[in-house]
Amino acid sequence: MHLLVIDLWFILGKATLIACIIGLSFFVAMYTTLAERKVAGWLQDRHGPNRAGPFGIFQPLADGGKLFFKEEIIPLASNKFLFLLGPGLAMVTSLVTSTVIPWAAPVTTATGTFPVQVADVDMGILIVFSVVSVGVYGIMIGGWASNNKFSLIAAIRGASQMVSYELPMGLALIAVIFMTGSLKMSEIVSHQAEHGINFLYQPLGFIIFFICALAECNRTPFDLPEAENELNFGYHQEYSSMKLGFYLFAEYINMFVSAAVMATLYFGGYDIPFVNEASWGLESWIMSAISFGILMIKIAVILFVFIWIRWTIPRFRYDQLMNLGWKKLIPLALINMIISAAVMLWLKK
Amino acid sequence: MNITIIDILWWFLSVVAIFSALMMVTSKNPVYSVLWLIATFFAISGHYILLNAQFLAIVNIIVYAGAIMVLFLFVIMLMNLNKETEPQKNRWLKIAGALAGGCLMLILVAALKDAAAKEQVASVNQGNIGLIKNLGKELFTTYVVPFEISSVLFLSAMVGAVVIGKKE
Amino acid sequence: MTLTNRSKPVDRKPMTFLESIYLWNIMKGMGITISHLFKKKATIQYPEQKRSFSKVFRGLHVLNRDAEGRENCTACGLCAVACPAEAITMEGAERLPGEEHLYREEKYAAKYEINMLRCIFCGLCEEACPKDAIYLSQTFAPANYGRKGFIYKKDDLLIPHPVLEKEAYQKALGEKATNN
Repeated sequence: MHLLVIDLWFILGKATLIACIIGLSFFVAMYTTLAERKVAGWLQDRHGPNRAGPFGIFQPLADGGKLFFKEEIIPLASNKFLFLLGPGLAMVTSLVTSTVIPWAAPVTTATGTFPVQVADVDMGILIVFSVVSVGVYGIMIGGWASNNKFSLIAAIRGASQMVSYELPMGLALIAVIFMTGSLKMSEIVSHQAEHGINFLYQPLGFIIFFICALAECNRTPFDLPEAENELNFGYHQEYSSMKLGFYLFAEYINMFVSAAVMATLYFGGYDIPFVNEASWGLESWIMSAISFGILMIKIAVILFVFIWIRWTIPRFRYDQLMNLGWKKLIPLALINMIISAAVMLWLKK
Repeated sequence: MNITIIDILWWFLSVVAIFSALMMVTSKNPVYSVLWLIATFFAISGHYILLNAQFLAIVNIIVYAGAIMVLFLFVIMLMNLNKETEPQKNRWLKIAGALAGGCLMLILVAALKDAAAKEQVASVNQGNIGLIKNLGKELFTTYVVPFEISSVLFLSAMVGAVVIGKKE
Repeated sequence: MTLTNRSKPVDRKPMTFLESIYLWNIMKGMGITISHLFKKKATIQYPEQKRSFSKVFRGLHVLNRDAEGRENCTACGLCAVACPAEAITMEGAERLPGEEHLYREEKYAAKYEINMLRCIFCGLCEEACPKDAIYLSQTFAPANYGRKGFIYKKDDLLIPHPVLEKEAYQKALGEKATNN
């Protein structure tokens, strides 16, 4: 009689993978903050932070340390529990998104094949969507619990922005999904390895998806929830110390994950585009390591474009933001979807 | 009797679902009620996943937890409901509510008492009808007419919303 | 009516199609920003690199000595009178026998203080001095934690001895004193 039937090795393996991915997310997010400041400097003919360690590589640690030692202020009239829950929720949702991303080619050993992916579920990309849609609560709860009118307005502004831009994002994605015929991330990648990257077939879809990703991550030109200079500091106005750090950090993790999602959906994920690397005949773990590096390079390029856009384009006004989302992007995404569907039907005949 | 990890999850999710549903009804603060309702949705989505109805689980989260409850929160947060602005509740209203709820409970118990469901074991982690491909095939072949009619219903709701919005 | 020909009239034409989809203009803007990535950085990395001051820069005060290392100042007080910010205070004293190698004239400044928080570095003290005893060097007052640190005493102001500390003296002279 077994009291508990659990595949211990399976759970242990997945737990290790999850720990690695969370560590990776934190690490990349940390250095994205540095890259942000560095690139901002370069684009403005400055050097960027370069005092903490060579080329400023310890700057993120210094920033984190500073945030830790800041005074922790919880407003007296705030809702204490929800005030604490908000940043935690924002952090958790941003970390959970990375579960379905295939990080590298599967490793084959004598005992079997191990996909470098936490969960290769049938729903795949929809999981990302569900978690992103839940991510609104971190903002809303934080803004409401601060008991500050401006925070509340900013939170509602942010939440309605995120809800609005989920729609064109999903519509742009549908074209990719019916080209692949599956929602599974691993199949989307393998389809692209066979037929070429999706970006070649769906350039408009990618642009729509990218714009929506900017809005979902609250990045410029859509950073209205935290428009520091004209609309207060946004929903985290009352936050200080590491709770503020959580909000800011969650944003960078969101950036990282959305870059990973875009790289997977439109640029072939861990696959090297236009190269048949299976013919090299390398060991599977070496192949896996190389493919991981390839995915990271793609992510880095997308992150650079994120930052580059931030230091180029000023913020949209709120009505412009809503007009762009509802009146331009949704019709465009619908047209893109219909055209791709028609072309696919025509090709199949 | 073997206790599998699925049994543990089932018990856990059931307890969470019932507890958060109770908390949703009993909590004084409407914002808390909404949050407990979201927790309930998550527990129910977990049950769907145990039944391998993945699409239903995800759509439950995207649509209910991610969109509809956000709108609920919008309204509640902007109305600034608290103890001072709470309307005085009539005692008769409370009694009537309790009676109506009790009747519903009675009907549910009566309906489920004789149903064959209790002998059937839920097909946990098997059966592929909940996967998106099979579900899509079913929807667009066997149930295509009700499916399309429901989409017309949605369209009419959208048109109605636009008309109301344009009125001013 | 335009006062100058520099003003540009605002273009209120309705946007063309290309402009109304923003994308093209955004690409143009991004081209401009990326070109700055490869330009020379304007930053001067301060402690390692320093911006060179102009020849007429008026910085921290220096009390001068003559070629034998005797102090020029006779505590006449003209600099204190000339000072618009009243930053200079001093006390005179009579030179005793045997101190001829220290002070050039019979009277010298026993105490000489400049409050660098008050000083506006106008250089009027330098203009007023009949003995060429004070001049403004090409450095500025470094940061300090307290107000006291900004009140410069005679020891802080005096130029190094030209005979005993030759190198330091030349350094302190800078480009300024080479012409006299």
